[in-house]
Amino acid sequence: MNKYMERLYNGLIKENPTMILMLGMCPTLAVSTRAMNGIGMGISTTAVLIVSNVVISLLRKIIPDDVRLPCYIVIVASLVTVTELLIEAYFPSVYEALGIYIPLIVVNCIILGRAEAYANKHDPVLSLMDGIGMGLGFTVALTLAGALREMLGNGSFFGVNFLPEGVEPIGLFVQPPGAFLVIAFFIIIMNVIGIRTRQRQLVESDGCDGCCATCSLVCTKSEEVKNK
Amino acid sequence: MKSLILIIISCALINNVVLNQFLGICSFLGVSNQLKASASLGGAVIFVITIASAVASLLYDFVLAPLGMDFMKTIIFILVIAALVQIVEMFLKKTSPGVYTALGIYLPLITTNCAVLGVALTNVQDGYNFVQCVLSGFGTALGYTLAIVLLASIRTRVHEEDLPAPLRGAPIVLIAAALMSIAFMGFSNLSL
Repeated sequence: MNKYMERLYNGLIKENPTMILMLGMCPTLAVSTRAMNGIGMGISTTAVLIVSNVVISLLRKIIPDDVRLPCYIVIVASLVTVTELLIEAYFPSVYEALGIYIPLIVVNCIILGRAEAYANKHDPVLSLMDGIGMGLGFTVALTLAGALREMLGNGSFFGVNFLPEGVEPIGLFVQPPGAFLVIAFFIIIMNVIGIRTRQRQLVESDGCDGCCATCSLVCTKSEEVKNK
Repeated sequence: MKSLILIIISCALINNVVLNQFLGICSFLGVSNQLKASASLGGAVIFVITIASAVASLLYDFVLAPLGMDFMKTIIFILVIAALVQIVEMFLKKTSPGVYTALGIYLPLITTNCAVLGVALTNVQDGYNFVQCVLSGFGTALGYTLAIVLLASIRTRVHEEDLPAPLRGAPIVLIAAALMSIAFMGFSNLSL
């Protein structure tokens, strides 16, 4: 496996952003009511992630270290605005379904997290592959969660009804509590088959509880406070 | 007056920002392992969201809307929030060091808390005026604080239990959150 394929594998399975790193939980929980929503959100986020990774990687020697987070936020926010306008123009139904969560891609921890953890240290091609891998991992996780919730809560699969007449779906699963339950269920499975445990120790060892892009920021802050 | 109180109740309980709209989940899951820290974060969030919704509302009404730059709102709002968090931090450090040490590391965390940006954007979408924006910001933040403090209290109890290994860590927290969310769904039947 060469290093480019390794990035794809890393994003899809080894460090799957949703199931293992537990980043970007807000959109995962919010839009996974339908499998189609999962794909729509996944692809929008992937597009932003790929471009932002490449741009940040190209600019990594230009952006001063002290102001890097504001710079990243501006880059990501511009990309998100472009994406939002494109979706509104070409896929109005997706725009309608995802609503407020499209502009909120700006604060998706996966994007800033990858910028901070990967793109600002590696060359553009590797960063591109990293973006594709992470984006795919996110899309797959969202779609799986969406499909499961849709099947249990709505009795359909990608919009096609499969329940026989007279059988009621479990409505709870398309409502907010269902989101928490389904994600919990996925993580339990990951724990049981043992993919997650090894990884989690790695992630949690930094003492930030896997909390997002601000992690580095917060960590430096807490060190500052401790030093005082 | 009645409608203004309703805004607070509806933002805090009925459309709870964490349990119903899934904004600010990262810090909700990440920080809620300590009760004291959760309360501090909640305080900081109330502070920042209320100010941020006020500033965002003024900016939108007097700058973005008249200039027809509606599409710039995401970029402008996130920059305003980031700057605001910095200013609030510096201000607190100078004026009330006690509050600053209490909120300390949680302030920068709020920049990427999607609840802040989410509230600012929904306010604009719903066409709220200045007072309504401030109240809905305050109500939302109140709901956030309530949820995170409740979850933190549950977690301190759960922490002492002997759980099956696969359930430890994130899954049991998510299940607790699911049960809280079911409880909060009860509020949606409030006839206001």
